[in-house]
Amino acid sequence: MRAYFDHNATTPPAPEVVEAVVRALRDDFGNPSSVHHFGQRAKALLDEARTDVAALIGAEPAEIVFTSGGTEADNLALRGAAEAIESASSRRQLIASSIEHEAVLNTVKALGRRGWTVTLLPVDATGIVTPGSLAAAVTDQTALVSVMHANNEIGTIQPIADLAAIAHAHGALFHTDAVQSAAKIPLSVGTLGIDLLAISAHKFNGPKGAGALWIRRGTRLVSTMTGGKHERSRRGGTENVPGIAGMGVAARLARTKLASDAVRIASLRDRLETAVLARVPGAAVNGALTPRVPNTTNISFEGIEAESLLIALDLEGFAVSTGSACSSGTLEPSHVLRAMGLPTHRTQNSIRFSLGYGNDEAQVDALAAKLPVVVEKLRLLVRR
Amino acid sequence: MSGGVDSSVAAGLLARQGHDVIGLSMQLYDHSARAESTQSNRDVTFGSCCTLDDLRDARRVAGAIGIPHYIVNFERQFQEHVVSDFVREYAAGRTPIPCVHCNGDLKFASLVERAQAFDAEAVATGHYAQVEFDAATRRYLLKRGADARKDQSYFLFTLSQAQLARARFPVGALDKAAVREEARRLGLSVAEKHESQEICFVASGEHSAFVGRRAEMPSGIIRDREGRVLGRHDGVHRFTIGQRKGLGLAAGIPLYVVDIDAASASVTVGPKDALDRDALTASGVNWISGEIPAGPVRASARIRYRHREAPATVTALDVDRARVVFDEPQTAVTPGQAVVFYDGEVVLGGGWID
Repeated sequence: MRAYFDHNATTPPAPEVVEAVVRALRDDFGNPSSVHHFGQRAKALLDEARTDVAALIGAEPAEIVFTSGGTEADNLALRGAAEAIESASSRRQLIASSIEHEAVLNTVKALGRRGWTVTLLPVDATGIVTPGSLAAAVTDQTALVSVMHANNEIGTIQPIADLAAIAHAHGALFHTDAVQSAAKIPLSVGTLGIDLLAISAHKFNGPKGAGALWIRRGTRLVSTMTGGKHERSRRGGTENVPGIAGMGVAARLARTKLASDAVRIASLRDRLETAVLARVPGAAVNGALTPRVPNTTNISFEGIEAESLLIALDLEGFAVSTGSACSSGTLEPSHVLRAMGLPTHRTQNSIRFSLGYGNDEAQVDALAAKLPVVVEKLRLLVRR
Repeated sequence: MSGGVDSSVAAGLLARQGHDVIGLSMQLYDHSARAESTQSNRDVTFGSCCTLDDLRDARRVAGAIGIPHYIVNFERQFQEHVVSDFVREYAAGRTPIPCVHCNGDLKFASLVERAQAFDAEAVATGHYAQVEFDAATRRYLLKRGADARKDQSYFLFTLSQAQLARARFPVGALDKAAVREEARRLGLSVAEKHESQEICFVASGEHSAFVGRRAEMPSGIIRDREGRVLGRHDGVHRFTIGQRKGLGLAAGIPLYVVDIDAASASVTVGPKDALDRDALTASGVNWISGEIPAGPVRASARIRYRHREAPATVTALDVDRARVVFDEPQTAVTPGQAVVFYDGEVVLGGGWID
C-alpha cells in the first residue's frame, strides 16, 4: 500500500482536471490573443477559468491575474505593489509575518536589499500573528503588509480581517498568501477586507504551473513580467491555457465539494492526531489546534530525527514531510517552529501530515499503527 | 551513491542480484550557500564531488535501476569528523587524508546507523576493496580490490570487525573497465563519467586557502638543516613533506621540504636524500582482526595512497601505536598520512604516521 499524506506539498489532480488539461492541450491549442477561431476557443477557456477561480474566492473575474503559480503571484503582489508605490509615495516600509512561505519572505528580503525597510512580525507560541503585534509595528511609512492566510507547515489560520483593518487604518495595502487555505476553507476577499491574494492550482487538485493573483479593483500594481498586453497588461507572456483550464475546473470542483470535503478530511486528520498522541509517547502537536485548516497536523516526536522518520515511513509506503517541501535537503530548523519559540530539538523532529480527498480511514489507521513501531525503532538506534 | 560510476554500479549489481536496495546519497555541505556565494565570499568554495550535479546523477541512476533514493544530511557530522580534522591537521603541520575519516566516521558509522533504521542489513559502497569472512578464525578479512590500480583498501584501514560485518563492496572484485562495462550494460548515464581525483570538499589547488580561512596561520621562516634562514612563508599549512615546488627559494641544488614544525612555524628544507627514513611510528593504529599482534610482524607497508609498498617489520608498541621499520629507507614519510600494513592481498591494519 502507498498512502499520500503530503497534500500541502502538492495534490493529485482530480480526474476532471486531467481531462480539462488534456483537452485544452490537444484540442484548444490556439493562442488566446489570436483573433481567429482557434484563438477564440482558447480565450473562451481562459474566461471560463477566470470566472470559476474568481467565484472560489468571492471576487470578480476581471480582478484575477493568472500566473505560473503561488510564488509568482506573491512576487507580483509584493514587487508589483512596491514598484508602484516607489513612484507614487514616500512610504518605504514592508511588513510580513516571520512564518511566511519563502515566496514572500525571500521577496521582501530582496526588496530590503533594494532600500525597503522590512519588518517581520513575531508569532505567538501557537503560531498566530496577533493584531497587537501588527499595531505595534505599523506606521504611516508602511506601504504594504503581507500575512499568510494559513501556514503551510502547521496549518494555523491567521486573523486576516483584523490584521487588514489595522493595515488599512494606516493607509497600507494588505496582501495575503492564501495558497494553503484556498479550497480548504471558505474564502471571501470581501469578508477578509484585503487588497491582494495569491493562490496556486496544484494545492487544490489542479495542475502545477498555474496560479493566480487577485488584485482588488483600483489597486495600483506595476507588472513585473513585462511583455505583451496579456492579463490586462499585468502579466506578459502567452497564458498557460491547459494549466489555467485545469485550475478553473479544480476551483469549480472545490467550490461544490468544499463543505463536505472539509468535514470529512478534518475528521480523518483528527482521527490520525488522536491516535498518534495516544500511541506514541513523546509526541506533541505544534501550533494552535484551532483555527487551523482541516487537513494539516504537525507533530514533534521526541528523541528522533525527522529526516530518518520521513525516509523510514516512505519505505513503509507512507508519504509525509518535514515541514515545507521547499526546504527539504537542508537541516535548517523550520523557521516557522523557530518563530513560535520552540526549542531547537523540536524544530528538527517534527513531521507534517497533510491530508486530502484521496485519504480514507484505512490509510489513517495503517499510518497510526505503523508510526509507534517506527518511532520506537529510531529511538533505540539514537540511544545506542 | 555519490553519483559516480562506482557506487552506481555497486547499487545496480546488488539490485540485479535481487537485493532490496535503498539508495542513499550524503549531503555534506549546504549547496544553496554555494549557489549564493559571490566572488568576495569564497569561503564556501568546495570541490567537485557530491555537488548538485552529482546528486542529480545519483537520482537518475536510482531511477534507472528502480530503487528508492534519498539524500541524508550529514553536514554536521562531516564538519565535525572530516573538515575540522582536515584543518586541524594542516594547521599542525601535517598532511591529512580526509577520505579515511569519511569512510570510518561517516559511511561506516552514521550511514550504517541510518541504514539500520531502515532495516537494511548492510551498507554497500563503490570502493575497490573486498571483505571476506574467514570461517577458520571467524573474522572478517579486508582485502585489496581486484583492480590493483584502483585498490582503495588503503582508505579503509580504520574499519572494525563490526563495521566490516556490515560493509559490502560490490565492485571490489571487478576492474575499472569491467565496472564501466557493467554501467553500460545497466544502461546507466554515468558510465563514461570522469572520476574525481582531488579531495571532494576542496577544489584542486585550493586547500591552503581553505585552511587559511578556517585557522589562524602565523607566517614563519624557511630554513636549511643547519638552521640558516633561506626565506619566509605564510603558514605551515602550505607545505607537505617532500614538496619541491612553490618554496620560492633560489638554490644551487633542488630543495625539498624535509620537516615542518607548526609550533615554531618553521619549515626545514634539504636535498632529496634528506627525505629518507628507515622507520616511523604510527598512532591510532587499528588491527583489522581486532587482535594486537604479540610480536613483530612482517608486512608490506604503504605510506601514502600512491606509494609502492615496501617490505617492513611492524611491531605493536601498545594498544594503538606501532613501530614500522623498513628493510630499505623510504622517501618522504609524511606525518598525517596513513601507513597501512598488508600481508599479500590482506590488510592487516594501519595507523596515522606521527
